[in-house]
Amino acid sequence: MTGSVESVAFDTRHREQAADTFGMWVFIGSEAMLFGSIMLVFLIAHISYGPAFAAASKHLSLTLGTVNTAVLITSSFAMALAHLLSTARRWRDAALALTATALLGIVFLAIKGSEYAMEFHEGIAPVLGAPFTFDGPDPVHAQLFFSLYFAMTALHGLHLIGGIAVVGWLLAFWRRTGPASRGRRVQAVGLYWHFVDVVWVFLFPVLYLIDR
Amino acid sequence: MSSQPAIVGNYLREGAGVGSWLLTTDHKRIAWLYLASLTAFFFLGGFFALMIRIELATPAGDLVSDAVYNRLFSLHGIIMVWFFLVPSIPATLGNFLLPLMIGARDLAFPRLNLASWYVFILGSLFTLASVVLGGVDTGWTFYTPLSSIYSDSYVSLAAFGVFVVGFSSIMTGVNFIVTVHKLRAPGLTWFRLPIFVWTLYATSLVMVLATPVLAASLILIVLERAFGLGVFDPRLGGDPLLFQHLFWFYSHPAVYIMILPGMGVVSEILPCFSRRPLFGYTSVALASMAIAVFGFLVWGHHMFVSGQSTYAGVVFSFLSFCVAIPSAIKVFNWSLTLRKGEITFEAPMLYALFFLALFTFGGLSGLFLAALAVDVHVHDTYFVVAHFHYIMVGGMVMAYMGGLHFWWPKMTGRLYPETLGRIAAVTTFIGFNLTFLPQFVLGFNGMPRRYHTYPPEFQFWHILSSAGAVVLAAGYLMPLYYLGRSLFRGAKAPGNPWDATGLEWQTGSPPPPHNFAVTPVVTRPAYDYPMKGLEHERFSPHRGTAG
Repeated sequence: MTGSVESVAFDTRHREQAADTFGMWVFIGSEAMLFGSIMLVFLIAHISYGPAFAAASKHLSLTLGTVNTAVLITSSFAMALAHLLSTARRWRDAALALTATALLGIVFLAIKGSEYAMEFHEGIAPVLGAPFTFDGPDPVHAQLFFSLYFAMTALHGLHLIGGIAVVGWLLAFWRRTGPASRGRRVQAVGLYWHFVDVVWVFLFPVLYLIDR
Repeated sequence: MSSQPAIVGNYLREGAGVGSWLLTTDHKRIAWLYLASLTAFFFLGGFFALMIRIELATPAGDLVSDAVYNRLFSLHGIIMVWFFLVPSIPATLGNFLLPLMIGARDLAFPRLNLASWYVFILGSLFTLASVVLGGVDTGWTFYTPLSSIYSDSYVSLAAFGVFVVGFSSIMTGVNFIVTVHKLRAPGLTWFRLPIFVWTLYATSLVMVLATPVLAASLILIVLERAFGLGVFDPRLGGDPLLFQHLFWFYSHPAVYIMILPGMGVVSEILPCFSRRPLFGYTSVALASMAIAVFGFLVWGHHMFVSGQSTYAGVVFSFLSFCVAIPSAIKVFNWSLTLRKGEITFEAPMLYALFFLALFTFGGLSGLFLAALAVDVHVHDTYFVVAHFHYIMVGGMVMAYMGGLHFWWPKMTGRLYPETLGRIAAVTTFIGFNLTFLPQFVLGFNGMPRRYHTYPPEFQFWHILSSAGAVVLAAGYLMPLYYLGRSLFRGAKAPGNPWDATGLEWQTGSPPPPHNFAVTPVVTRPAYDYPMKGLEHERFSPHRGTAG
């Protein structure tokens, strides 16, 4: 019986599973405070410098942003599928769904990267001392918009990279993991993945859809 | 009781060699890993403090230059806050005792627990690297624009170290919260938990919810220094004051991360050495939660003179006074616990009583600072320095030392020398007051903090303070000696040397690898002490409804 528990602390697998899920929720609460604090900063700045933020927001690519939203939501769908399939003990299909999840995550990052490159060439990326050229009202606060845009999306991107790494780790050890642990891990990683997705669902309207 | 299976084994003898310690997932051994590293940081931070005090013995800056002085107080603060005070009680005593107190075999996530120590060490390496390369001079608060634009010291490195250590806090916090929810022994309801568990729980909540905000603000500083993003730079549309909001949103709750576990330790010691149940158990437990919640709402009281709106200042001032209520509830309950008790003055009890005195003093001086008008006068003076050292050193470190002595027999299986323990406690108390009481006078008379020279009229009080620091250092070095020695020479400790209640005392000293021979079943409230001489108080507030 104890063979199926990973931590010596638990008597049964069921309780360990409950603790895993609960622990992940607590961690997500912590992550929510991380993104929440920067988002609050952004919202206060938005209220203070509305016109500058609206003008700056129009310089972001709505097309790429929308495509990326679709890509990420699809990846979450694949993750949900992986969870359902592992509950049904269809391990091969679950592994495929996990692979699709990670690949969609990589696609998101690739699109985001090309978006960064475009913004860099356009001269609206105030990073590494690059010249900032903006021909709208209140360019100083438009620059703040882009500073926050880069900080928030980069932080989100880092979390996505972390998610892809964890899914990769899950797949790398897939064969060597016992069935009970597989299901538990998919559930925990899945919760995290959906959270990173939800963060984007908040970032997208807040950054791209001002005054459109 | 006699029919219970024998307790076999000893976690200290389970496996030998460095590997069995560095790769352990046993919470009791991880507590030792933390204890060893935190002790090193405590004395490193203490060394910086001693240098500061020696420099301030004379009005002129004759021992170190102003640049070196700035690095001394910055590193003293950074190391003491993030590498000692925040992890201190939770990561050492908490790690060791939480599973024992709730009758569990380990924390919910033993490997995460070990990982948290490695993350802690990794973060400390970054900060230590900044020390070796030339230090950091922004103060522990990293205020912008000094930290983001003007400082030429190793701010990014030090801040990144603090950022990484934050993850270690979050890992510990998640682990503790899940453990308390999911691993309590049968019959151990929430209102039968020892107060130490309650305070660890409250602390963990604050760690999990506040630390990410510190992470956010430190990331933004590093992004500004390394990538030129201008969130705090007004030339680039940013706002330097924003940093203070973000920083204190973490760092004020962090004060409660530091003090709450100390309150928990004292709540264990006082009932044991007065042979009385903790007075007003429920209100003490709930006061811990109230402090954790209120702690999130008072950050603005650090910014009364920062150009924050006066109306915001009034609200923050009011809320800061509100925090005094749950704190006072605790102080009154602790005092009433002593009433008609059979008090004995072992070293842990001395530390706990000194905590009670110094915390009360520090807390009351906090009310001066929470008052808007008074704060304008004493802001950024030694009055503030004295106030928070009364809470952090007089309160928290006192409780930490008390806890260390109290549970030393449990952790090591050895007794510490009682007489030396009492002498050290009294030395610490005298040294502490000699160091920090004069600082109230200095601050009230206008001596600003963080200056390495001062007008000669302040010298009398500075000399008293510096002399006190030497006595205080002696008070801390003594336990290092005799506790260290007792590891090898101390008399063998019985399972329950203090005749205390609590599940941790129902197993061996030191405990077996999985803590208990069989999972205990709890049928009594916490602090079920005999109350000799008060049996006639049938409706005594000592007895909760759970009894």
